[in-house]
Amino acid sequence: MAASFTNVDRIRRANSAFITTLTALCTLMAVGALVIIIGHIAWQGIGSLNWQFLIDRPRPVGEGGGIGNAIVGSLVLLLISSVFGLPLGICVGIYLSEIGRGRLGGAVRFIVDTLTGIPSIVTGVFVYAIIVVPTKHFSALAGGVALALIMIPIVARTTEEMLKLVPHSLREGALALGAPQWRVILGVVVPAAAPGIATGAMLAIARVSGETAPLLFTAFGSRFFPESLNQPIASLTVQIYNYAISPFDEWHAQAWAATLVLMTLVLGINIIVRFLTRKRF
Amino acid sequence: MSAVTDKLVTTSTWRRALSPTGNTGDAVFRSLMLFVALLMVGIVVAMVIALATDAMPSIRQFGFGFLKGQAWNPIKGEFGALPFIYGTVASSLIALAISVPFSLGIAIFLVEQAPHYVARPVGFLVELLAAIPSVVYGLWGIFVLAPFLRQYIQPMLAHLLGWTPFFRGTITGLGLLTGGIILAIMVTPIISAVVRDVLAAVPGSQREAALALGATKWEMIRVVLVNGAPGIAGAVILGLGRALGETMAVTMVIGNRAEISPSLFDPSYTIASAIANEFTEATGDLYLSALVELGLILFLVTFIVNGIARVLVWNVTRRTGGVGRAA
Repeated sequence: MAASFTNVDRIRRANSAFITTLTALCTLMAVGALVIIIGHIAWQGIGSLNWQFLIDRPRPVGEGGGIGNAIVGSLVLLLISSVFGLPLGICVGIYLSEIGRGRLGGAVRFIVDTLTGIPSIVTGVFVYAIIVVPTKHFSALAGGVALALIMIPIVARTTEEMLKLVPHSLREGALALGAPQWRVILGVVVPAAAPGIATGAMLAIARVSGETAPLLFTAFGSRFFPESLNQPIASLTVQIYNYAISPFDEWHAQAWAATLVLMTLVLGINIIVRFLTRKRF
Repeated sequence: MSAVTDKLVTTSTWRRALSPTGNTGDAVFRSLMLFVALLMVGIVVAMVIALATDAMPSIRQFGFGFLKGQAWNPIKGEFGALPFIYGTVASSLIALAISVPFSLGIAIFLVEQAPHYVARPVGFLVELLAAIPSVVYGLWGIFVLAPFLRQYIQPMLAHLLGWTPFFRGTITGLGLLTGGIILAIMVTPIISAVVRDVLAAVPGSQREAALALGATKWEMIRVVLVNGAPGIAGAVILGLGRALGETMAVTMVIGNRAEISPSLFDPSYTIASAIANEFTEATGDLYLSALVELGLILFLVTFIVNGIARVLVWNVTRRTGGVGRAA
């Protein structure tokens, strides 16, 4: 009898040890996937990367060319989307944290949350319908608006979370000094949360800088440097896509190099944000 | 005497400042913020209206038959969504089948086992997987994953499981299976992050009680998993919502052929890929309208799926929080 108990016990312990090892293995594989992907991009991309590649515009196969116009285009698109997306997102965040209590606040929070989950390609179709069709052409503006729509819910939720971290005593103190609520929010609460809001904004910018699907039929793409916001504009992501599905080895190599540039931007922002927030919390 | 009056005056202004209606600035500020918040609701409503309006010619023409139609032949004017619905659902289910066990393992490791100084950096690395852009996954999928699958994994699967209808046909490296695997890598960090939050919300008293009764570590973890089950379900559904709408990576590796085949080696097509590939090339109003209707279907499905997921995750964090306080 006693022997069978220890046997059961041994099996239980072995089972536990086995499964806990398995979970560590799962984690190891996920980290391994990250290392493999990033390592491969660095290895493949570094070969085609040089100064000329970064400032030139695309040329026909065999003539080199670069991604200068795509880099400029991506920055223009990020600028447009930030101009629309950041203020609106921060305002929604302020509403959710400071004003919207009760049922309406809950409904808005739910809508914002589900907006985050809307496929970006659908956002592209929507912007096509409301901007590209009426103006009759693809444009940088349409691309920027599509990216802004993706940005707003992300910025709103991080802003809300950051504002909620501000201690209530600060609000009460300011109110007790006779400040109206809007002065309290804009003069005390938001500045106290500003670093957090800024990191949230940076993460949102990193996120949309990798978006491709919503740009396909809004910003469309271009082989020239941008001249006007009313014209189609190139972007790193669409350029990578077009080169990746092309049949030319030279363009494949350029796609890897462009990916290295994009990944440096995206992962760079993520790592910097992590480094900054690590100290504070 | 005058000091007392002063005090009274200050108190009343202070009170008026506190009340939202007593201050013009407050009224303006609050209504401005409310306007922006309602703008969010407006955007969602506008999306539904815009998509539905543009999809109307197709909806009128095909009705519910659109969902059941198996043929997608723009030249002949035949538009059926079933191959896309099949490809979208099948690739997402493959992704979940692979990523759910992994995500649970990762979350359990990070919450229940790893010491703090390991869990933080490793958790960040896993989250970085979610930061990699979709198009980059697609590029990696075409040039690294697909050749690898073609050379090693798919011949092995065909050898071992070739007697089932699921692992037959030409081995190209591109197809439903590859799309599902890429999606699995992409949704794993999302699911595991939410499961981590859910597990962390399960009160410590549950763990202590299980261990005090003599449970092994794994038996204790099972108690925690049962406690967080609805939240875990929510996390999985959230991952599903993400997989359903994922576009670029899938488009680049799934093969893009509107056919329904049981074999996971065969090329397939998802709703999002069809829109991405054909939208700018669509000639004719009906063709474009059919693509917009696909978008409308995708929008409604992901909206509902995400809504369910949010409710599940919110409920579990609230519920276990309540249990924790009661205990």
